[in-house]
Amino acid sequence: MFRFLVRRLLGALVILLIISAVTFWLFYAIPRDPAMMSCGKNCTPDMLKQVRHNLGIDHPIPVQYWYWLKGIFVGRSYGDFGNCSAPCLGYSFANREPVLGTIMDRLPLTLSLAFGAAVVFLVIGVGAGMIAALKQGKWQDKVASSASLLGSSLQIYFVGYIAMYFLVFKLGILDNPSYTPITQNPVKWVSGLLLPWLVLAIIFTANYTRMSRSQLVEQLSEDYVRTARAKGLSRRNVFLRFAWRGAMGPIVTIFGVDLGTLIGGAIITESVFSLQGVGRLALDAVNKSDLPMVLGVTLLSAGAIVLFNIIVDAVYALIDPRIRLA
Amino acid sequence: MSNTNPLLDVSGLTKHFPIKGGFPIRRTVGAVQAVDGLDFQVAEGESLGLVGESGCGKSTTGRLITRLLEPTGGRVTYRGQDITHANRKQLAPIRSEIQMIFQDPYASLNPRQTVGKIISGPMEINDINPPGGREKRVRELLEIVGLNPEHYNRFPHEFSGGQRQRIGVARALALEPKLIVADEPVSALDVSIQAQVVNLLQKVQRELGIAFVFIAHDLAIVRHFSQRVAVMYLGKIVEIGDREDLYDNPRHPYTRALLSAVPEATVDEEPRERIRLVGDVPSPINPPSGCRFRTRCWKATEKCATEAPPLVQVEGNKPGHLTACHYPETEPTIPAPRLSKDPEAAA
Amino acid sequence: MTSTDQQPFLSVKDLRVHFSTEDGIVKAVDGLSFDLVKGQTLGIVGESGSGKSVTNLTILGLHDRDRTAIEGEIVLDGKELLTASEKELERLRGNKMSMIFQDALASLSPYHTIGTQIGETYRKHTGCSKSEARKRAIEMLRRVGIPQPDMRVDDYPHQFSGGMRQRAMIAMALVCDPELLIADEPTTALDVTVQAQIMDLLKDLQQEFGTAIIFITHDLGVIADIADDVLVMYGGRCVERGTKQEVLRDPQHPYTLGLLGSMPSLQGPVDVPLTPIPGSPPSLLNPPSGCRFHPRCAFAEKVAGGLCSKESPVLEVVDGRGAACHLTPEQKRELFADFAGTRHN
Repeated sequence: MFRFLVRRLLGALVILLIISAVTFWLFYAIPRDPAMMSCGKNCTPDMLKQVRHNLGIDHPIPVQYWYWLKGIFVGRSYGDFGNCSAPCLGYSFANREPVLGTIMDRLPLTLSLAFGAAVVFLVIGVGAGMIAALKQGKWQDKVASSASLLGSSLQIYFVGYIAMYFLVFKLGILDNPSYTPITQNPVKWVSGLLLPWLVLAIIFTANYTRMSRSQLVEQLSEDYVRTARAKGLSRRNVFLRFAWRGAMGPIVTIFGVDLGTLIGGAIITESVFSLQGVGRLALDAVNKSDLPMVLGVTLLSAGAIVLFNIIVDAVYALIDPRIRLA
Repeated sequence: MSNTNPLLDVSGLTKHFPIKGGFPIRRTVGAVQAVDGLDFQVAEGESLGLVGESGCGKSTTGRLITRLLEPTGGRVTYRGQDITHANRKQLAPIRSEIQMIFQDPYASLNPRQTVGKIISGPMEINDINPPGGREKRVRELLEIVGLNPEHYNRFPHEFSGGQRQRIGVARALALEPKLIVADEPVSALDVSIQAQVVNLLQKVQRELGIAFVFIAHDLAIVRHFSQRVAVMYLGKIVEIGDREDLYDNPRHPYTRALLSAVPEATVDEEPRERIRLVGDVPSPINPPSGCRFRTRCWKATEKCATEAPPLVQVEGNKPGHLTACHYPETEPTIPAPRLSKDPEAAA
Repeated sequence: MTSTDQQPFLSVKDLRVHFSTEDGIVKAVDGLSFDLVKGQTLGIVGESGSGKSVTNLTILGLHDRDRTAIEGEIVLDGKELLTASEKELERLRGNKMSMIFQDALASLSPYHTIGTQIGETYRKHTGCSKSEARKRAIEMLRRVGIPQPDMRVDDYPHQFSGGMRQRAMIAMALVCDPELLIADEPTTALDVTVQAQIMDLLKDLQQEFGTAIIFITHDLGVIADIADDVLVMYGGRCVERGTKQEVLRDPQHPYTLGLLGSMPSLQGPVDVPLTPIPGSPPSLLNPPSGCRFHPRCAFAEKVAGGLCSKESPVLEVVDGRGAACHLTPEQKRELFADFAGTRHN
């Protein structure tokens, strides 16, 4: 296990390095000059040059990339714009503050949104899938299947606005979406995020219902499940100890990928509910051609996905003894 | 068998599958010695049987001589041409002459293609236009393998297991091959259907003069189908010879044990004395030194551990009957000595 | 049954198992009767779709109850199984009757150790502690010939070789000393030398405990080795039964004869072609009329009036011996003699 983790973490670093280099390089393919934007309307060529120097974009791209990398470990100075201490992921042209600080400000909301929604869709999705698998062909199965089909064909901006309109404005059952840190007021944390959680979960639940149903149905027809019944074990015992164990692997896999993706920012959800999370940050940064911010958010989402992939593989090995990590 | 000009000549054939491992950088840390130094020939129109238990390397051998795998060492010569390391282009003309029939008639036919398409596939790939067109040829082939030519447009799932294996045979015959490698062609079929397919293959072999390498674990079927038989154990041939010599006068202890373990559908007054091999086949990653069978052999001595016995015509063997054993069996027929039945004794 | 003095331990009477599928009703078993006494082995021979595996799943009550219609009687040691509740069956399974399957790798849970799987059967039926169950598992592994059982008990099935997995499965089936063991093609996936080991093991264990065994196989060679009595199934029905000597030496049904003719031998002449049975096994959705074997039977036209395609032959069993065929004994003597000449053994 230790060897596996070391090897995979090293691999993850290489991946992140490649992603950052590609993002860096691609950004310069965009015909926009961030210095021009920072410099303002009455910009003289001299001022522009100075701004360029301060932003560190007066060097060739590979040199700039090198400075960026170096900044992560030793920090970096941006002249008039100020200093950015290590680990420095760069300095936002548009926000005029270090990238990392901004991301860290926004991250708690995104994490709350992601984990909260994950709990909801995992519980509801897998629960419905289990019931459907146990009641194969009966009405429970049909309801779960239809609901998941409906859920998977919905879009957040559609469900989100409709839910807002009815549940918040018309009926007043739920609070207007807002973010209060859990440390400040846990009740407000829940009530403010409940609607986004439910809406996000509707979209994801369908996938889990279908996946866990098909996995369980498949597992229940496995030979070893029949053997367990032939030993005299009860249907319930067999379901929980044998079939469920086998069905877990694929569910863990998609769960890891979904969670990784959500932590990179639920752009549409955050926009629909006007939540200032990482997703909104990414959207704004792209609109403002804010390279350091784009880079920072890209690395965050890539890092989250890579990390959850490693976790998924490790969990897989815990579930299934046939898998050897190397 | 004519040693002067065999259709297929295999010498020193070796296949080691590398095992990756190590830390922190992965490298080759060992090898599965699936096939380790095989020598045999197949004459035109002859059938050679390859028998042995799972993991003995018989299927790998089949894939090496059809060059679905590339050998690690040794040489494969087909009609005088060295194809050991031939590339795709060099193999193209030979691929049509060497065909393969697989075990699983369900998995080896594309379910989305009609029978006509499946059987004419090899002709299309090799751009062969038989006189009268491909469709006519396919119908002829269907006739030969005992299927209704009218079923040209049907899909594989509309056929039974035995019929599907016939389709596989028809596909193999489409290019008029000189050599067919059949890997467990009947073992997935019901007993009554097995006999149908064996008879079909026998008819094809005789009437069309096609040479066969017939790979199977069923000793009785191999004896029935192949004029010569090679017995494999852990990647090596331990004994090879004409079927009468090999089955009636097995000289290698393993051959003898294998034959004695086959249950026969006869009821004797006195139960047949059996040789019971104990334990399991050792790992091909780290096979025993010297003779690979020695860990399960009741005759093994010091010599067997240090010296690998060569595959030679031991004293008392007829020409062409080769045995790799330091202490070949001398009793002409079964019954043979009985071993302890306690598996723990060997463990 | 040959030994009429003993009470049958298992008695199956006129068993019919019909599944409803999307395509129609599958008559998997259609009127099957047999008895089995303790310490005896009944070999059931048949090809795919003969109903042999369904019969045995039904004895254990492991069929899909929602989709199966069952008629007849299965009596185990005086207890009627078809009307027993699920709870009662759970108490019997793995305890009084147990089953071993063909593919040991697929039939053992990949997620639990061998020891856990053997021990949990024992715990379920004895209610003993975990450590006692583990001890029992080690003892069972030793008894089926696994070397170093105290270490291998914590291995997972994939760490065992094919033969050892089958031994472990036998250990699991026998952990509660069952009185009936159903073995469904337990050696088919194994190499011949390993098959021989497993059959020896079963014979030894049977001698030791007097277990009644139903041994299902398609291989008449295996039957010759292990069975006392034989029941040949075709298309969901029994076509012939008797002792193994009677059935293998003097088959009375054309299907049995055909099976024997399909098997090459290790001895005897080499250049005689096999005499296969033409055609394929019948569809149980839409079985042939009359005798289910008649479309493949070489002798069907020898019976006057096309009786074979009209009327199902009755299996009359006298002293445990019988065959369901319209041919007269004289006809069989004459026709089967020619046929037997080409047999390979």
